[in-house]
Amino acid sequence: MSGLSIENISMRFDLPNGTAVQALQDVSLHLKEGELMSVLGPSGCGKTTLLNIVAGFLAPTEGKIVMNNHTVAGPNAERGMVFQQGALFEWMDVRENVSFGPRMKGQTEAEWGQHVDHLLDVTGLGDFKDKAIYELSGGMQQRVALARCLANDPDVILMDEPLGALDALTREKMQGLVLKLWKETGKTIILITHSVEEALLLGERLLVMAPRPGRIHKEYRLPFAEMGVGADLREVKKADGYAETREEILEMIWNMEEEIMGRAEEMA
Amino acid sequence: MTGILILLVYVAIFAISFLVVRFLVHKTTTDYTALKTVTFGDESAVKANRIASVVSVVTIFLIWGSFTGSSWVPGFVHAPGPFAGETSFVYTIETEDGQKDDATVFVRVADFGEETEKFEVDPGDGIAKNDAVGMPASRSTTIIFDKNDEVTRKDGAKVVAIDGVAIGAEGEIQTPAGRFTLTGKGAISFSPPKGLQMEPIWLPPPEAVVSRVVEIASEGYRDSTLAKHLGYSLFRVIAGFLFGALLGIPLGYAMGLSNWFRGWFEPIVEFMRPVPPLALIPLVIIWFGIGETGKIILLFLASLWIMAISARAGVSGVNISKVHAAYSLGASKYQIMRYVIVPNSLPEIFTGARVAMGVCWGTVVAAELVAATEGAGMMIMVASKFQLTDIVLMGIILIGVIGFGIDILMRKAENWLVPWKGRS
Ligand SMILES: Nc1ncnc2c1ncn2[C@@H]1O[C@H](COP(=O)(O)OP(=O)(O)OP(=O)(O)O)[C@@H](O)[C@H]1O
Ligand SMILES: [Mg+2]
Repeated sequence: MSGLSIENISMRFDLPNGTAVQALQDVSLHLKEGELMSVLGPSGCGKTTLLNIVAGFLAPTEGKIVMNNHTVAGPNAERGMVFQQGALFEWMDVRENVSFGPRMKGQTEAEWGQHVDHLLDVTGLGDFKDKAIYELSGGMQQRVALARCLANDPDVILMDEPLGALDALTREKMQGLVLKLWKETGKTIILITHSVEEALLLGERLLVMAPRPGRIHKEYRLPFAEMGVGADLREVKKADGYAETREEILEMIWNMEEEIMGRAEEMA
Repeated sequence: MTGILILLVYVAIFAISFLVVRFLVHKTTTDYTALKTVTFGDESAVKANRIASVVSVVTIFLIWGSFTGSSWVPGFVHAPGPFAGETSFVYTIETEDGQKDDATVFVRVADFGEETEKFEVDPGDGIAKNDAVGMPASRSTTIIFDKNDEVTRKDGAKVVAIDGVAIGAEGEIQTPAGRFTLTGKGAISFSPPKGLQMEPIWLPPPEAVVSRVVEIASEGYRDSTLAKHLGYSLFRVIAGFLFGALLGIPLGYAMGLSNWFRGWFEPIVEFMRPVPPLALIPLVIIWFGIGETGKIILLFLASLWIMAISARAGVSGVNISKVHAAYSLGASKYQIMRYVIVPNSLPEIFTGARVAMGVCWGTVVAAELVAATEGAGMMIMVASKFQLTDIVLMGIILIGVIGFGIDILMRKAENWLVPWKGRS
């Protein structure tokens, strides 16, 4: 079975003080090749933990991740990760950052040069190839992180709030870029976000998670990502069903947050 | 006394130049920090005022020159110097049977740098005879007034007045010639006015230090030229530091990457860190003698722990997302080390290297003070035994200048090699 399977994942953090946090409880899902899934959920519901397990940075206490018929045992070039921030290499310029993956594989510049330059152009970084990372704006740095991940040609791209720190306009441009790259490259993508709008626009599938213990609450299949490819995202927001789904999900998350707050108050 | 006066002069120059610069010099900076309205508390908006730096350095030399009577500063800023030249005073003796007589003591006070001279005067008449005394400036001298008198202290004669001012066994008197007391045995102790200037043996004027630099640079001191002395010290520092870095950095990396290494070396490093290298000098001398080996080992030990700790801090300071990102991009452990951990730790290592260089430079001077046949510290030590204060000062100034120079070079190297420091 090709694609990515998350099979009965549970994750418990045993804390030094003897208590334990059940970050994930029996999470299962399957992503077909080329699927784009966004993940929403209140803070602390285990989204990052789930992504770290899929990336192979954490071993789950129960369950396993199966990718292209083999069990994931650690980080690997087939699963690329785009971090929110702080993961670029400041000691390399933009082009060196983007070509990091191919270079680590021992490829020569003749092999990766064209591909990397193409990605730099696509992400609008063509004129900044030789710039140092600290000379770039936050949005540009985010595009470098995305280009770096793509240059390594992974099968699955994992993104943890990649656009969280950007302003509205840059964010919208980046959302368009993600859709474009998704369609062009046919990658399987999991994207964590705190923005319901972003989850609707960028999720062919949309997963809503619930906290304590972290688990899948509800899943949607949505048409908006497909519609958004190459189109004006603001138009997509006017499409049938968009507003209703948004309200429904907002309500759902609102209730979960309410419940958390209520429990916190009870405890206090 | 003089110390307090110097402090007051210094504070006054500080305050006056501040006010003068503040009212006369208008800011013409075009830098955008000039537009910041919040500067108090914004460290980045505080820039060293270059005028203040220049005035500060000039002030030090001015005070130095004026309190040493330097020929480099105009005479009117000189602090009053000690009396030099010829003076005289009249002493009155009284014998046991109540007879009194006066005699004059002629004193020639030799200025700094001049020889005191012996001379003769006409003894005059009466039972007390005139005396002639030579003495150096800014000192006091004991005058055996009765060595040519007809009635001496053994016969019961006593000095009862000087220049008409009564003097007794207790207390001192002041006359225009200077201050007088009587010693326990009744001789006259005389100090001509000392002024406010320092004797060269306490603080030589700047030109004396400079001429020493020239002299030692060409003729050498204790069988080695200045360049050789300083070269030896520098060589020891660089050799010791390089060995320390060569072992300390890998050790720090190992401690940052492996449980076993950390467990094994942590007690040693944590124990050695607070031991000042100076405390190791005696042991190192006992074990390795006073030759080069001992000194280089001492400096090696001084830099080893600093470099190990900074390399370890460099590894633990790496943002885990960078390591995760590199793994997800397919990097091997070796590649993570080479392309992520090492470059990421460079800023910390440079900070450590600057500290280590400073400590090594201080330690080498101290070690040379204790035992060495050449080196900056040895030069000062030997000179101080012969009270050659100008060489001591020269040594201190050169040590400071070189230490400062090393730090500037390290900072330049840092800016060049880790331009991203503090900017991520
Ligand atoms: N290393 C850890 N040790 C202990 N507890 C942890 C650890 N990592 C996560 N947790 C706990 O697991 C739960 C889920 O954390 P996680 O970071 O996955 O949440 P999240 O959904 O990504 O939240 P956010 O939206 O705020 O990023 C939280 O309760 C957190 O306290
Ligand atoms: Mg998270």
